[in-house]
Amino acid sequence: MTEAPQLGQLEKHLRSRRDNGRKLLIPYVTGGYPVEDWPRLVEGCAEAGADAIEIGIPFSDPVMDGTTIQESSSLALAAGADPLDILGQVSKIDVDVPLIAMTYYNICYHMGHRRFASQLSNAGISAAILPDLPLEEAGHWTKAADAEAVETILLAAPTAPDERLVRIVERSRGFVYGVGLVGITGERSELATSALEMARRLKAITDKPVVIGVGVSNPQQAAEVSEVADGVVVGSAVIRRVLDSGNIDDAVEFVAQLRAGLDAG
Amino acid sequence: MTSTVSATNFMDDPDDNGRFGKFGGRYVPETLVPACAELEVGFREAWADQAFREEFEQLLQTYAGRPSGLTECANLSEELGFRILIKREDLNHTGSHKINNVLGQTLLAKRMGKSRIVAETGAGQHGVASATAAAYFGMDCVVYMGEVDMERQKLNVFRMELLGAEVRPAMSGSRTLKDAVNEAMRNWVATVESTHYCLGSVMGPHPYPWMVRQFHSVIGDEASKQCDELIGGAPDYVVACVGGGSNAIGIFSGFANSDAQLIGVEPEGGAAVGSAVPGVVHGSESYLMQDEHGQVLEAHSVSAGLDYPGVGPEHAHLADIGRARYESVNDREVLEAFELMSRSEGIIPALEPAHGLAWMVKAKEELAGKTVLLNLSGRGDKDVAQVQAIKAGDPAALSTMRP
Repeated sequence: MTEAPQLGQLEKHLRSRRDNGRKLLIPYVTGGYPVEDWPRLVEGCAEAGADAIEIGIPFSDPVMDGTTIQESSSLALAAGADPLDILGQVSKIDVDVPLIAMTYYNICYHMGHRRFASQLSNAGISAAILPDLPLEEAGHWTKAADAEAVETILLAAPTAPDERLVRIVERSRGFVYGVGLVGITGERSELATSALEMARRLKAITDKPVVIGVGVSNPQQAAEVSEVADGVVVGSAVIRRVLDSGNIDDAVEFVAQLRAGLDAG
Repeated sequence: MTSTVSATNFMDDPDDNGRFGKFGGRYVPETLVPACAELEVGFREAWADQAFREEFEQLLQTYAGRPSGLTECANLSEELGFRILIKREDLNHTGSHKINNVLGQTLLAKRMGKSRIVAETGAGQHGVASATAAAYFGMDCVVYMGEVDMERQKLNVFRMELLGAEVRPAMSGSRTLKDAVNEAMRNWVATVESTHYCLGSVMGPHPYPWMVRQFHSVIGDEASKQCDELIGGAPDYVVACVGGGSNAIGIFSGFANSDAQLIGVEPEGGAAVGSAVPGVVHGSESYLMQDEHGQVLEAHSVSAGLDYPGVGPEHAHLADIGRARYESVNDREVLEAFELMSRSEGIIPALEPAHGLAWMVKAKEELAGKTVLLNLSGRGDKDVAQVQAIKAGDPAALSTMRP
């Protein structure tokens, strides 16, 4: 019998908080947007009660993202954001919660799997999400990531049959990212019924933290889905507030509201 | 003129992971993985089903107008100093080779119970073909087209609308084919349960590069027989333009195991194979124009249909093993070839296959005395207004050319 892999830093941290009765909040910040202030937005999210923070490394062709994340990515790229520069800035961010890199596979592929993994590790990043790298294609990356103790978080989607969910949950590290709806990132006025169903299906087969993202747009929705799930990722609703106001204050305030919503829920 | 059949099959089916050598694969958001797997099974079953194959062949004959002819270009041959044959995909219904793939995919989508198709288009040829097939089969059709391409191919936008399709502009990035693919994939992610993504080239996640090749293999099958009859074997060269690479794969498939040299011609501003840098975008691992950080570059070509920074994975493989050679031409050479064929043969080619002829003009010393088959993948009606404006010095039209 093979031994279960040792828990990574992110998974240990999230399990411990969950097991203490806390619902997990993981906001998303686009690396490089807003140009000067994004590291402060990451710090602001931590202070406002985030349990971990996802940092996007902008890619030219983000096929899983809706208009909000696309726009912030384009603005960051237009301002000259590049992956190594973003990781260099991440290494100077002083927060007490784990950081997660989110980017598309070509950024990693182009840099080289081992080099990308070591760059993440050197920047103090615990885990990675590559939304266009499904289980079947992930072998080269997970080998490099495992060697650097970078946890690879896999997405689980409502379209997956049960037997596939089992395999995804088995290989996912850090947490399992349940996709809340059949679609791309972006705010929705109502929580999709598929979000709760996704959370139920995942909770039924794993003890790993189950976090739901995509379409979770406000504190009410976050609390609603967290009645079943262990927590939420919120991206577009955070970034839209930066795009609307041109500064990070509304976004930080919103993260605090999400925290309050989850704690009250 | 040789017809020696090699023991090796240079265009085998991809392996179980959808790989042609080291290229291909299935790099899609998790939401789409089951749909790709289902499509693979659906296609395998359909392709093995005699009734499906017969229905497809029947459609190609009675609706698309196949077989398409093979024309000997006596005037051009005399002018350039080598024998030129052209495969007349321009004579198909909707004016290009794209109809082959679209009829195959919509027939398959119907068989798989899908009620709606979504497609991307560059020059509009694949969009028009998709809208046509959707009208024929009574399916809903949404076509994404880059905003820049909608402007330079206005007539095709109106054609699609006449056919009952909804054309949606892709507003991000370079607002050309690459961005239309992004938008079509995003739409597919959100509608996958009811919708078939009718991808227009030999690219994307497995099984698309293989499936689209199979639907276009009729081009090579016909051309190979036609060459046997006309010249008693394979030509010395088979030439085709390459954006994603569907017409080239179609005609190459008929000659891969002959002694003919296979030449893919890319636009200088969209030469993915020419860049020789591998990457992953839009579902597969292949050659990809990208910057030093892995950001995908915007292609630039006078031809909207070739304005794409990637290339189908099987082309990357054929280049890798040395079975096909990839060359590039610039926009000025293409426009000259466009006019040359119009004047000397009375055939106005699309700007895309004009790339093939442009390379032939450049390579006439190498080709002297040889027999060359060019895949004339589409007719030029759609490009006439753009070329007229370029010749008149219209700044907007000139801006579609690579500086």
